[in-house]
Amino acid sequence: MLDAEFFRRWLAAVAALVDREADRLTELDSAIGDADHGSNLRRGFTAVGAALEKEPPATPGAVLMLAGRQLVSTVGGASGPLYGTLLRRTGKALGDDAEVTPAQLAQALRAGVAAVAQLGGAKAGDKTMLDALEPAVAALGDRTESFAAARVAAEQGALATVPLLARKGRASYLGERSIGHQDPGATSSALLVAALAETAEAAA
Amino acid sequence: MSDGKQVGIVLVSHSKEVAAAVAELAKGLSGGGAAPVASAGGTPDGGLGTSAELITAAAEEVDGGAGVAVLVDLGSAVLTVKALLAEGDELPAGTRLVDAPFVEGAVAAVVTASAGGDLDAVEAAASEAYAYRKQ
Repeated sequence: MLDAEFFRRWLAAVAALVDREADRLTELDSAIGDADHGSNLRRGFTAVGAALEKEPPATPGAVLMLAGRQLVSTVGGASGPLYGTLLRRTGKALGDDAEVTPAQLAQALRAGVAAVAQLGGAKAGDKTMLDALEPAVAALGDRTESFAAARVAAEQGALATVPLLARKGRASYLGERSIGHQDPGATSSALLVAALAETAEAAA
Repeated sequence: MSDGKQVGIVLVSHSKEVAAAVAELAKGLSGGGAAPVASAGGTPDGGLGTSAELITAAAEEVDGGAGVAVLVDLGSAVLTVKALLAEGDELPAGTRLVDAPFVEGAVAAVVTASAGGDLDAVEAAASEAYAYRKQ
């Protein structure tokens, strides 16, 4: 079972990974975006950590909803409302349970990813976050061991954005020049999933 | 509107200067009917981007109970307003994202709101601005 503490540790692990990889995310974003993805996410997940520490919510759903709200308020780029919606909708789907099963989390994350697709109007293959998130949630199963498979699926999904033509966001204005670059959003999405796998491994 | 309340207009741009200037332009062209208009441009530190905080503050400032029409430029401005509306309690009741070209839509929205049009009328006028061809 996964409790509120597990979710706080997950988000702390995301913050650490984003902090470590911020320069790389910004570098990827300078190729096809506006070179702020790393710094925006670092600011967002730092704010998430501070908010969770100030008033630690008691349930997994409340942890994710508070985190999502912080991201919408603090990121300042499109990744704020997108990741904010992912976490908020996932948290909402988890409801008020004090502990949730990996299967419940898998189902909730699928609802969260669907909400991201709806908000951004994107689909798989558009060279976006969804190219990492969709294979990741498809790989999630009933056991925490499946989180490792989700990490691999997300990383492969992010790598597979390299030859794609961007169809959403600022990168889409570049047309064919967006080909040959890894999508920064898919890359940060893979970090989010990697942090989930790490957190589950540390708890095992 | 029988009760004299006017629809509020919020203009959201990645740039503080763009949002403020379009607000001035729209007010200037509206003939002095003076519907409440607020701009939410850039990030709180003056940089380029979108601020949920500035958007929420602007919507509260212009909300007089007749609804608030929000016009946005692109990218994170669109997504942030949509995410705030989906949240349910962040923006005043009766706040609506209006699908319209930013400059032309802002002028149409402010003119219509200043003339006493309700939120549906303001939205329709702003969206119709898409149909005005320049060539």
